[in-house]
Amino acid sequence: MELTRRKILALGSSTFALASLTSLPVFASTTDDEIAALTGGAELGEGAITLTAPEIAENGNTVPIAFDAPGAVEVTLFADGNPVPNVATFKFGPLSASRSASTRIRLATTQDVVAIAKMEDGSFQTAKANVKVTIGGCGG
Amino acid sequence: MISRRDFLQVGMAASAIVGASGFGNWARLAAQQSLTQDQLLEFETFGNVSLIHVTDIHAQLKPIYFREPSENIGVGSNKGAVPHVTGEQFRNLYGIQDGSPSHYALSSGDFSSLAKTYGRVGGLDRVATVIKAIRAERPDAILLDGGDTWHGSYTCFKTAGQDMVNVMNALNPDAMTFHWEFTLGSERVNEIVESLPFAALGQNIFDVEWDEPTELFPPYKMFERGGTKVAVIGQAFPYMPIANPGWMFPEYAFGIRDENMQAMVDEVRAEGAECVVVLSHNGFDVDKKMATVVDGIDVILSGHTHDALPEPVLSGKTIIVPSGSNGKFVSRVDLDIRNGQMLGYRHKLIPIFSDVIEPDAEVSALIDEQRAPYLAEMSEVVGKTDSLLYRRGNFNGTWDDLICDALLSERDAEIALSPGVRWGPSLIPGQDITREDIFNVTSMSYGQAYRTEMTGEFLKAVLEDVADNIFNPDPYYQQGGDMVRTGGLGYRIDIGQPQGSRISNLTLLNSGEAVDPTRSYVVAGWASVNEDTEGPQIWDVVENHIRKLGTVTAKPNNSVEVIGA
Repeated sequence: MELTRRKILALGSSTFALASLTSLPVFASTTDDEIAALTGGAELGEGAITLTAPEIAENGNTVPIAFDAPGAVEVTLFADGNPVPNVATFKFGPLSASRSASTRIRLATTQDVVAIAKMEDGSFQTAKANVKVTIGGCGG
Repeated sequence: MISRRDFLQVGMAASAIVGASGFGNWARLAAQQSLTQDQLLEFETFGNVSLIHVTDIHAQLKPIYFREPSENIGVGSNKGAVPHVTGEQFRNLYGIQDGSPSHYALSSGDFSSLAKTYGRVGGLDRVATVIKAIRAERPDAILLDGGDTWHGSYTCFKTAGQDMVNVMNALNPDAMTFHWEFTLGSERVNEIVESLPFAALGQNIFDVEWDEPTELFPPYKMFERGGTKVAVIGQAFPYMPIANPGWMFPEYAFGIRDENMQAMVDEVRAEGAECVVVLSHNGFDVDKKMATVVDGIDVILSGHTHDALPEPVLSGKTIIVPSGSNGKFVSRVDLDIRNGQMLGYRHKLIPIFSDVIEPDAEVSALIDEQRAPYLAEMSEVVGKTDSLLYRRGNFNGTWDDLICDALLSERDAEIALSPGVRWGPSLIPGQDITREDIFNVTSMSYGQAYRTEMTGEFLKAVLEDVADNIFNPDPYYQQGGDMVRTGGLGYRIDIGQPQGSRISNLTLLNSGEAVDPTRSYVVAGWASVNEDTEGPQIWDVVENHIRKLGTVTAKPNNSVEVIGA
């Protein structure tokens, strides 16, 4: 696909707000490598943390993301379709009342947002949410 | 898919729900040629709480014709499940006799001839009669409006929704939720909502800056009825800033937010609600999924996708009641709530046959008062139609074919794009086309008809993107509505493929040549979600085109080849 994001937005101003033309997570392998580096290749459990993200982004430039990870000492967020997938790392001390946070991130295209939590016992947990970036088109 | 028989069995066994709907009688009445208001309203009052649901009226104050779709493809787990069953299959599924009033009201097929027999449907003065009759039997019945009320007609456009507000207020609703209302712009929406004498609900209407609930749109309202507490939680259309121009209401954020829905259900239960009703503008398949994700909802009153079903559909432990569109139906749901539980329900989808149901004189006068200042200009006859003009269908309808033709010729374009909206009444062969009729299928606050260039590659990307909003197998990624309509452009769509692989064989219909991904094409369209879109209003474009034609004759449209459905 030859259209760059800037060209798309320029076209979009007269037609559709097309923010994304592809759902290919081209940076997914980078994300996998970074996760492996973070966990040392340890197995990732699922179910202990919740990741809340919109199914379809209202604005790909500022997508609200929240997680709740009871028992986590460190949570790292990845956006696997972004040029720089590593978004942020949140650290929690023993006195942290809740191991949760919310932030907004920019998503270049339809992609998975991945949370990796390092737990108090040294194990790792993960949660994933697919966020679609779309042009829309109405409806009822 | 849950068949009718399975549904009844599940309903009985799982929660001792007593399902009894008014369905099945109309066919017999038709045989007697004696449909009466009493028969349409016949209902043995049941339990201790009554709900009345209207939704997606789209500002249709007066009776209209409305043809239901002949094509409504379901995907994923909803393939072949209602409401994705149409025409004869629909009638077979529900045991509806061909040619009966329920055939005419609920399904496609033979529409033009049945329209002559059974006449127009809807009209808010008839709806008022039905609501008053239900209140005569159950004075504290809860009237709920599912939204898409302040949009869709000449007078609604000219008064920025005031006509609908005035008439709906006369019906005394108890609560409402929203979609197209926001396209009036947030300033106007806020102004109206502040003056509403009833609750404006939306658990998923958030402040965009802090991603927090808003004060103007509370999540729920508690009602005490028949010795029991009933909570009504609002669910606005989740994808408003995506499907409609977000720049018109930049202070608001939406989304499905089912985790917050669960929190609200838990909160109202903790406050003593014995019955939880969701007034929803999610669309049917989204509601069906939400009912399996969120625990503790008894009833979802379903809007947005304009489906009308003669019986509720059970999803998890929740009954889902879709009530059609354009003022064509009123749903009555009586509930038996005891000891903190819904023990049973009785339901009837009441079709508003306008020649059978007596208009309420007071509301009739109020409607005419709203229309009077605009009557001369909107009644002007622009042309005539030889053919049935309708909108509903996954890929095209004759109204949209006409709109696309208007764009191609009036805007001198190679390709036309028209949004796949589901609102807009039908016209039957022989009818005059008035300015009001054109507004009924085009009116909106962002109706500019743009003219631009797009490459073949970009056009395919647009079609792929819109197709995924409709045919994504996960309902939470569906926005409701139908495929963008194309004029001058044919294509093949393979429904079951993922985004990027559904659309192929893009063809210029004029020459039969394949669309070149690298070439630029002149494209005309309307209803862009972008700010500062330039062009004449679509209703003027369509009016000019019809004036030149004089009489409209619809041609068969085979420009979209559908596979994998």
